[in-house]
Amino acid sequence: MTDENGDIAGSSALEATGLGRKYRRGWALRDVAFRLPAGCVCALVGPNGSGKSTLLSLAADLLAPTTGILRIFGHAPSAPEARARIAFVAQDKPLYPRFTVADTLRLGRELNPRWDQRAAERVVAEADVPLAARVGSLSGGQRTCVALALALGKRAELLLLDEPMSDQDPLRRRRMMGALMAEAAEHGTTVVISTHVLAELDGVCDHLLLIGDGRIRLAGESDAIQSAHRLITGARDGLDPGAGGHTVVERRTTGRQLTALVRSATAPVGDGWIVREPSLEDVLLGYLRSPDAPPLITAGARASSRDVVR
Amino acid sequence: MVEYHIDRRSGVATYLQIVQQTKQALRLGLLQPGDRLPTAKAVVTATAVNPNTVLKAYRELEREGLVEPRPGLGTFVRRSLARPEAAADSPLRAELAAWADRARAAGLDREDAAALVTSVLDERFRDGGTAGATTVESTNGENG
Repeated sequence: MTDENGDIAGSSALEATGLGRKYRRGWALRDVAFRLPAGCVCALVGPNGSGKSTLLSLAADLLAPTTGILRIFGHAPSAPEARARIAFVAQDKPLYPRFTVADTLRLGRELNPRWDQRAAERVVAEADVPLAARVGSLSGGQRTCVALALALGKRAELLLLDEPMSDQDPLRRRRMMGALMAEAAEHGTTVVISTHVLAELDGVCDHLLLIGDGRIRLAGESDAIQSAHRLITGARDGLDPGAGGHTVVERRTTGRQLTALVRSATAPVGDGWIVREPSLEDVLLGYLRSPDAPPLITAGARASSRDVVR
Repeated sequence: MVEYHIDRRSGVATYLQIVQQTKQALRLGLLQPGDRLPTAKAVVTATAVNPNTVLKAYRELEREGLVEPRPGLGTFVRRSLARPEAAADSPLRAELAAWADRARAAGLDREDAAALVTSVLDERFRDGGTAGATTVESTNGENG
């Protein structure tokens, strides 16, 4: 693990410090601080309305932060150095409905100096979208593929995808993910994919960012987050899941049985408990059900000190 | 060339599935010394898993001395896991087949026999016995 982290720890694709965004109805994001190493594939997870799209829009410079700073490869989102290096596929996929797919790709070619026509055409072909079809006549899933083709054709170093798989059938989802991962393998592209269904991204992501109620709840390498937790079961009476000094994320009782999700990297949990390693989904659900549990941000995902960012 | 099948519900880590399937291919002779493993790009295109996972699996195979990366060319098989001692016409297999016939004649059904075999394996391979050297030693020990 250390050697692979050593490779990428050098540069951050995305780094936030004290980031916040307020709408008229209140704070959508608050005190957000994390870093995402370049080259990782990150799942941005959270319930609907938790602030995922706001975070992505801030990174894509479609929104300005109310507080704090966001850096893309060390640059402000509005800087030309940042804008040239990112591609954003928004949930509503703004495309010209009267253009054909071929026209749309041509537009991408004209507007982007580093355009990769082959990569873009490959995605469209993989998804069985005819080049001569008008964008307005395509299904939602097909439009998503065209938007993804534009993003990949731009040859961006950071891809921000807002729920790209939600309107895809299983076959196309698999092909799109395959194309995306191939791109990441070939060019070391950093990918951030938002979803509220983690199972969709099983095996795809090596990093995880969990947002709940506008705040970061979990950030870091998926392996590290998963292995930092234990699911313990025992009799309700006489046992204290926090006895070993562990942080108890969530506790639930069913009859005489007590189940708890604890943060316990190394210390033994104690006698009388059945201890299991939870799935990543168990961990996520535990945090989402317990809004007061302290957040976990692994060492690799911590934002560097403020003066460096400034 | 091998093709990996990733079972996302198995609970086995994805990189470990790739390691295990590669070893299985080496045992069965589907991969032989000098063969090239599929590129990370080819694997992720087919399976939609994270490229870092594939690289982690290949590094693990390299650490075990089974494959070696050749810069710019790919990852190549260094040694095989196929064992002549375990081939279809080996004396060991013939002995086991004879034993299975006797077990059947004695009235054991398939599950009884499998349970018996498993318990003896557990007893004789207590040290894990996965590494090449230890397995060969304990096998010899049983013969002698």
